[in-house]
Amino acid sequence: MTTLKQTPLNAAHRAMGAKMVDFGGWDMPVNYGSQIDEHHQVRNDCGMFDVCHMRVVDAKGDGVRAFLRYLLANNADKITVPGKALYSAMLRPDGHVIDDLIIYFMTEQWFRIVVNAGTADKDIAWMKEQAATHAPKLTITSRDDLAMVAIQGPNARAKVWQVLPQTKAATENLVNFQAADCGEYFVARTGYTGEDGFEVMLPKEKVESFWYELNKVGVKPIGLGARDTLRLEAGMNLYGQDMDETVGPLESGLGWTVDLKSERDFIGKAALLTNPPTKKLVGLVLLDRGVLRGHQKVKTPHGDGEITSGSFSPTLEKSIALARVPNEVQVGDSVQVEIRDKLLNAKVVKYPFARNGKGLIS
Amino acid sequence: MSNPTNLKYTASHEWVKTEADGTITVGITQHAQELLGDMVFVEAPAAGRKLKAKEECAVVESVKAAADVYAPVSGTVTAVNGDLDSAPEKINSDPYGSWIFKMKPDSAADVAALLDAAAYQAVVDSEAH
Repeated sequence: MTTLKQTPLNAAHRAMGAKMVDFGGWDMPVNYGSQIDEHHQVRNDCGMFDVCHMRVVDAKGDGVRAFLRYLLANNADKITVPGKALYSAMLRPDGHVIDDLIIYFMTEQWFRIVVNAGTADKDIAWMKEQAATHAPKLTITSRDDLAMVAIQGPNARAKVWQVLPQTKAATENLVNFQAADCGEYFVARTGYTGEDGFEVMLPKEKVESFWYELNKVGVKPIGLGARDTLRLEAGMNLYGQDMDETVGPLESGLGWTVDLKSERDFIGKAALLTNPPTKKLVGLVLLDRGVLRGHQKVKTPHGDGEITSGSFSPTLEKSIALARVPNEVQVGDSVQVEIRDKLLNAKVVKYPFARNGKGLIS
Repeated sequence: MSNPTNLKYTASHEWVKTEADGTITVGITQHAQELLGDMVFVEAPAAGRKLKAKEECAVVESVKAAADVYAPVSGTVTAVNGDLDSAPEKINSDPYGSWIFKMKPDSAADVAALLDAAAYQAVVDSEAH
């Protein structure tokens, strides 16, 4: 039996009545009661998520921008204002996805990178391997001393300022996808819910008191269950479900993050140019009664596809999914999904399904 | 919430109530609904369908996952609870009041042989470890 890894908030979750589950080797809260209530809490007010299992990585030294320009599919040159963030895929030479991540431009000597929990060790090994060849003077440091909490929802920023008033001046003018380094607190206007809010990185030993302080001003804890339905409604990919090392970004709905226009070379670019995708990611809304789930087969007039993520949308009160289907499938098409022994009708839609408290599918 | 002692249970987390006319009413237990979380869809077997004991015959889906419901004994489905179509969350708020289907068992002895509340609680406790 393997021991599950724990974040510094483990005891707090248990004290708050969380139902804990094994999430990729981490002992994490799936909900604190009702997953649907938690979902609405974030869309309508605000909630907080333990994302300490995600990994913060600092890349420092001369030439860090040039290195990231080569390492990532999105172009690090797009971020020039200090604190600005960029979402990108990191690709293998064959164009498949190692991970998706966010980079923050702090100075020309320092970019901060946040990667997924399950892929962190592999990501850092890959970054170091590439740096050894292309930027040997860079230092790449896994910030295991940092914790991270996401506070999300229309009232999230105000609640954070109540608890951390000293960060307000530096963070109240942040635009979406921008961060400020406030000493011990690194505050980013980013998230994974489709709502406004902050992701706060702070020293591990301070995170438990921060969590309880937030709770005292009315921020409710939200489990991974609602985190998944919130991100799915917001049309955000989940690594390991919607893409992994067997597919490329262009067939994973990430074309908007891949810069193929500039002269710049990057790892995976040649493979993307020589192997144009035959499939793409679309949104589905189920018209019949039931629930869409990952790996269900999607039957279309242009061939079969597969659901990558599916669930029940609490905002739309319908079942929704992301599915990888042949390129010829278009928004508005009717398709069928094989659920157990039945074929159920679904409609191809443009996603996101919901953001900023509102459903976007009529 | 403890498991009512007037009901019978299965190791697969169904509860069974014997009615005065000998038919049985079937639902899922408090423990099962708690494991699954917020319920969003119930698919019940068609009335008239003949079921074998332990056959998959219904599906309950929460936001999180789908779970099969098994026939507690062999018999014939006599009714399904249509209320759950529009309000599957009743299973969460009142698991022992929210029946999924009724059936006429082939043998009353099969029903009598199901777990009692204490034996079912032992099954739940053993799964917690």
